[in-house]
Amino acid sequence: MVTNITNFGRSGLSDWLIQRVSAIILALYTIFMVGYLLFHPALDYPTWNGLFAQTWMRIFSLLAFLSLAAHAWIGLWTVITDYIKPTGIRFAVQIVVMLAIFVFLVWGVQVLWGA
Amino acid sequence: MSMLQVSVYRYNPETDSAPYMQEFQVDTQGRDLMVLNVLEIIKQQDSSMAYRRSCREGVCGSDGMNMNGSNGLACVTALSEVVDKRGKLVLRPLPGLPVVRDLVVDMGIFYKQYERIQPYLQNDTPPPAIERLQSPEDREKLDGLYECILCACCSTACPSFWWNPEKFVGPAGLLQSYRFLADSRDTATRERLADLEDPFSVFRCRGIMNCVAVCPKGLNPTRAIGKIRELLMANAT
Ligand code: SF4
Ligand code: SF4
Ligand code: FES
Repeated sequence: MVTNITNFGRSGLSDWLIQRVSAIILALYTIFMVGYLLFHPALDYPTWNGLFAQTWMRIFSLLAFLSLAAHAWIGLWTVITDYIKPTGIRFAVQIVVMLAIFVFLVWGVQVLWGA
Repeated sequence: MSMLQVSVYRYNPETDSAPYMQEFQVDTQGRDLMVLNVLEIIKQQDSSMAYRRSCREGVCGSDGMNMNGSNGLACVTALSEVVDKRGKLVLRPLPGLPVVRDLVVDMGIFYKQYERIQPYLQNDTPPPAIERLQSPEDREKLDGLYECILCACCSTACPSFWWNPEKFVGPAGLLQSYRFLADSRDTATRERLADLEDPFSVFRCRGIMNCVAVCPKGLNPTRAIGKIRELLMANAT
């Protein structure tokens, strides 16, 4: 057993599962978005605003944002632990990435509910 | 005379400040030699050349090396399989392991990962008078697993093993891990799985399948790794 404290879930298994589930959610969200844009070629602001005013769309979007945050952290954590060997620099980079993801997440929530 | 141009990685830490490539001309007499035969001819030209070999028939696993960019056993790799269009052969040690000298690498970390998966049968039930029996069906589950000769061609072709050799077990170790997980006579499944569920030991495998591409015994570590993941899933809540 290799000890880890900075990975996302409780184990490699949970990280792996979360990575797969979040990928499916992101794929569904992307397909929905592309489909929506194709069906609304002359999209204007009120229609777009109306879409995001609906609760289900906000839930779907928030779910996608949370998936993106988890997915990005697990993926970048893997890349960082592969390539950055000095522990100090690695922790520093991890903190920067974590903060960035957190900021984007809060910002995303604000955009969703602020319209 | 049909001359083959061979370029070999040379490094003797006692006399060389850095590794270098040495060029040799080998007369193959038009034969499709095995790479190990070529090395033997080179050894006659320059007796300081160091490499490992023993069985010269793909059984002992000691002459794993990198031939024109891909890992394999020199004794069972014919020139026609590896020599490129320019008619050149480039030999290097297995990548990612410390070089002891020339083509000889230090396999310490590779064996350490093998040792870690406890490659022996564990059974806590009282031993029967003669032997633990296994049905032919259960025995069949070990096919494609027990044949591994620990040549390290797979693990040293795996980028995940290059970056984290002390944390990621690597394809060879994981193939053997699954060999004991799959064995009907082994009762340590839970303990074995518990040692593997962290983000490195198994999950650092990114499914690149370099291991499958190079295994000289035609084994499939990626499939075994998938099976371990399935077992971990099945045992989790
Ligand atoms: S799985 Fe194949 S390549 Fe890997 S150590 Fe075993 S025999 Fe060699
Ligand atoms: S499939 Fe996994 S173990 Fe095999 S080479 Fe790729 S990362 Fe390594
Ligand atoms: S010399 Fe034994 S495997 Fe090649």
